[in-house]
Amino acid sequence: MSTVERDEGTQTPDRFEDPGLPQHTPRRGDLDPKQNKKSERIVLALFALSSLGTVGFLVAYFALPTGGDATTIFRSNVSLGLGLAFALLGIGAAAIHWSKAIMNNHERVEARHPMASPPEVREAAVKNLTDGTEDSRISRRGLLKTALVGSVALFPLTILVPLVGEVGEDWNVGALKHTMWRKGLKLTVDPSGRPIKASDLQVGSVVHVIPEGLDEAEHPLDEKAKAVVLLVRLNPDDIRSEQGDGWSYEGIIAFSKICTHVGCPVALYEQQTHHLLCPCHQSTFDVADGARVVFGPARRPLPQLPIAVDDEGYLVAQDDFDQPIGASFWERLR
Amino acid sequence: MSAHTTTTPTAKAAGATADWLDSRTGVGYAVKGLARKLFPEHWSFMLGEIALYSFITLLISGVFLTLFFVPSMNEIHYEGPWEALAGAQMSEAYASTLRLSFEVRGGLLMRQVHHWAALVFMAAIVTHMMRVFFTGAFRKPREVNWIIGFVLLTLGLAAGFSGYSLPDDVLSGNGLRIAEGITRAVPILGSYAAYFIFGGEFPGQDLIPRLYMVHILLVPGLILALVGLHLAFVFLHKHTQFPGSGRSNSNVVGYPFFPIYVAKAGGFFFIVFGVISLMAATMQINPIWNYGPYDPSPVSAGAQPDWYMLFLEGALRLMPGQAEIVIGGFTIPLNVIVPGMILPVLLLGSLAIWPFLEAYVTGDRREHHVLDRPRNVPFRTAFGVSLLTAFLVLVLAGSNDLLATHFNLSINDITWAFRVLVLVAPAIAFWVTRRLCLSLQRKDRELVLHGHESARIVRFASGEYVEVHTPLDEHERWIRVQHEPLRPAVIEPAEDARGVRRTGYRKDRFRQRLSQVFFEERVEPVTPSEYAAAQAHRLHAEIEPDDEPAQISAGSVHQD
Amino acid sequence: MKSLAVRRHDRRAPLVLLALALALMGALYATAVAPSRADASPAQVGEEDVVAGGRLFEANCASCHGPQATGTDAAPSLVGVGAAAVDFQVGTGRMPMAASGPQAPVKPVQFDDEQIRRLAAFVASLGPGPSIPTAEQVDPALGDAANGMAIFRTNCAMCHNAVGAGGALSQGKFAPNLWESSPTHVFEAMLTGPQSMPVFGDPTITPEEKRDVIAFLERQGGQNPGGLDLGSLGPVSEGLWAWIVGLGACIAGAVWIGARSS
Repeated sequence: MSTVERDEGTQTPDRFEDPGLPQHTPRRGDLDPKQNKKSERIVLALFALSSLGTVGFLVAYFALPTGGDATTIFRSNVSLGLGLAFALLGIGAAAIHWSKAIMNNHERVEARHPMASPPEVREAAVKNLTDGTEDSRISRRGLLKTALVGSVALFPLTILVPLVGEVGEDWNVGALKHTMWRKGLKLTVDPSGRPIKASDLQVGSVVHVIPEGLDEAEHPLDEKAKAVVLLVRLNPDDIRSEQGDGWSYEGIIAFSKICTHVGCPVALYEQQTHHLLCPCHQSTFDVADGARVVFGPARRPLPQLPIAVDDEGYLVAQDDFDQPIGASFWERLR
Repeated sequence: MSAHTTTTPTAKAAGATADWLDSRTGVGYAVKGLARKLFPEHWSFMLGEIALYSFITLLISGVFLTLFFVPSMNEIHYEGPWEALAGAQMSEAYASTLRLSFEVRGGLLMRQVHHWAALVFMAAIVTHMMRVFFTGAFRKPREVNWIIGFVLLTLGLAAGFSGYSLPDDVLSGNGLRIAEGITRAVPILGSYAAYFIFGGEFPGQDLIPRLYMVHILLVPGLILALVGLHLAFVFLHKHTQFPGSGRSNSNVVGYPFFPIYVAKAGGFFFIVFGVISLMAATMQINPIWNYGPYDPSPVSAGAQPDWYMLFLEGALRLMPGQAEIVIGGFTIPLNVIVPGMILPVLLLGSLAIWPFLEAYVTGDRREHHVLDRPRNVPFRTAFGVSLLTAFLVLVLAGSNDLLATHFNLSINDITWAFRVLVLVAPAIAFWVTRRLCLSLQRKDRELVLHGHESARIVRFASGEYVEVHTPLDEHERWIRVQHEPLRPAVIEPAEDARGVRRTGYRKDRFRQRLSQVFFEERVEPVTPSEYAAAQAHRLHAEIEPDDEPAQISAGSVHQD
Repeated sequence: MKSLAVRRHDRRAPLVLLALALALMGALYATAVAPSRADASPAQVGEEDVVAGGRLFEANCASCHGPQATGTDAAPSLVGVGAAAVDFQVGTGRMPMAASGPQAPVKPVQFDDEQIRRLAAFVASLGPGPSIPTAEQVDPALGDAANGMAIFRTNCAMCHNAVGAGGALSQGKFAPNLWESSPTHVFEAMLTGPQSMPVFGDPTITPEEKRDVIAFLERQGGQNPGGLDLGSLGPVSEGLWAWIVGLGACIAGAVWIGARSS
């Protein structure tokens, strides 16, 4: 349904004409020298304000120390910052007021020219190119052209290959599939490294866990990034998933703390609902049901760490996780 | 240059310097050509300047920071004055940032100036881009500049992301973890790509030094080069101008660069830097001493990236998880690929190609130097608003946990609401904006044909009351009638005079159909003939602003 | 200045008056009507306290928790939760709950210190459970704030935010802001795991470590060397203010520059 609103077929021209630039209206300062003087005084005052700001900054810099407590740092920051701000704003306001109130403000008109070069220039340009190509005597030398293109295309490999090749360290992407957890490795408190006894936990307890001996690893943070575990004690009656032998101990279960969405630590445990919430994108896992996903962008449950209790009562791992932890990648199941 | 009859010492020195330079560079040509170049005046033309000046602020404050920051992931124990971190294990990068904040005079100020400037930089780029989009300043010959600007936007994102990740704190470190997770999701090459970026497993030892290089060398170098090109084009093309009397496509009406814009633009730099300094003096930003040094175990509630990355964050939060698929034992996590890779390309890409799309649909090959009023291009304006709406919904989705705590709502409900809104809200915004534009255009027609309501009521002898309208003066009228509305394409008929089918008809027909979708619904500007007809049919007295009605009893409304 | 005299009744005057009145009321309320913190230093518990507590329990708690505090559908059993749990829940006004549900928001405290002590004594008598900490156990001056921050970062920040500003949990629940919580209540919350909060028993976070956490919260609270903390909510509020204040001021400047000078 067209909503064109137009009247056709009259003698008058069908477009209005440009009425031309409106009259220039002078400023008060253009007509009244006292006003002009006043504007100049304002500009001067603003420049003076800027200098005051600089002086204030320098006084604050030499007089105010920084230190270890928030109050001294705050004082220094505010004083230096305000000095800087006034130093800058004064100049800016002065320059702008000057340009608005004092400088000649008559509007001017200039013609635009089409961007394209005129035909004779284009012709001359084309002629230059053809002359040059003729001079190069490259025509009908197809092999030469191919050789040129080929070798130029090839040489970047001398830079790119070592660059790409070395950037990925040992390229051992298989390491993504394993963590440092082994049979018999104790579960310890993060970050102190204290081992945990099963009797330390009551129903509703949560402990953030790292493997024993993490600090002695060659790359502790890299290992920690895969090995962090959340240990939870539930009422055994509340656990709905199949636990089987060697997975949990009397309601104490352990899951990888690395979210299967994109890898944030999943750490918000809600004691009453047994839900584990990841703060980054709100993936929610049900700890009572094998940490399966109940909401959010994650797809897979958190891998479970099989645990048991050694003869001293300490919680130990039974094995590494049965699948790669953390975010998905192409070959994670292969 | 011959010496003029100037006698003051400064004038002599200036003359000698100019002579020295020009004899070696021929700079006289440039000064002649550029010094008095005209630039039209409008506040919205300065949005790009806000971006430029905040970038310069970033460079200045950034140099200060590089003198103290240590881009190393070596773990040390803190020995500085901040009590809450005494003896804590942290990377040298984090420790050097603490030293900057607490032990270097002006260090915290420079850090805060730098970070506030970065946020303002991205905000200014987005606002400037919106202005250019809605006024059609990207049309020929400025498409190249639009692309350069778009690349600058993405470079800005890269600079910001690499920058706030440098202090290696818990908040930005988790952001890097997320980046690793998204990189892993790339099919076939994902794990290798992750190893490439991080130099092996996460977090590795190489990441902070690499981000440092990207942040202080690669990206700023590219930005500087492209900004130079961007500004060169503005000078070369001359700036666009808003419609108005005396302004046409073949002239530029404004003020000379020297001295007006040297003063205004130069002054504005100081204003922008000054505003940012004021913020840095009084408003705390990125208090990394509260977040703690990065460790793969802790995470804080309210884990968000800087605002310009929030649309990605929101997309990741909204995507349902079921989308991960396994084919032949290979995992393709679409729940990460779609929000993390496909969606940004779609949203940003549609912006990037818009000038070319519009040129194709309109078939317009002319140069445009007079800007559009957004109401006169309803389809483009509606598309822009709907794209902004999509971004806004995603940004809000990225803040869903803060919305939940502040408005006492369930985060799950908010997520579901946004899942629906991200699809529905842009469509509604499109429709509403388009209708608004058409209505505004009709209002313009009304104004031109009938003039302003003057609040003067005139009573005829017959007892009829009418309101007097004052007609628009010719300048006001010109703004409302000067535009050439976009109309559906007119194409040659399918068969020529002899009934032979024309090649290329089908392509033309497709373009025509597309242009009908864009432009069939439109409002034409008032023509002189319509205006004349309205004049003739005027029933109420057309009173010139200064005239007094003579014969009619004037029961006028009380005026001051 | 003649114009000021002419506008004797400036139309903005009522607004200014209203603003002043609001400010005055707010100041009065903040200073004169500030609630006092519940101090839970455990005094001697006697037989009469248990009995009195039992009567209070019957009147205020038994309808949900059952006459013997063994629990009903509406509320769990309180046998074994200990005096600490009661002191926390009742002392912060969470209990009695207005309606049953997973989130127990802080409300005005319904009982005075003596009544709370008696309720705690009664519940403690039902079965052994965590007791109210001593003043020394929760004294921030005795704690190591650095160690406290490390523990807080790993165990608490994910729900309560890095400086205890609070955070969202699922389905409308939330972990509250900790800035107004007393050291005793913080200790008790860690020990008893109220509502959604997990239990941080003494083996996993020792009493000394709990005191360290308290020291961290007390000493870090309000430490904002960079200026206004904007709610301590992180990049989202920073981005909001960058747009409103930063870009807003710059655009205001641009409008000023572009405006015609009179």
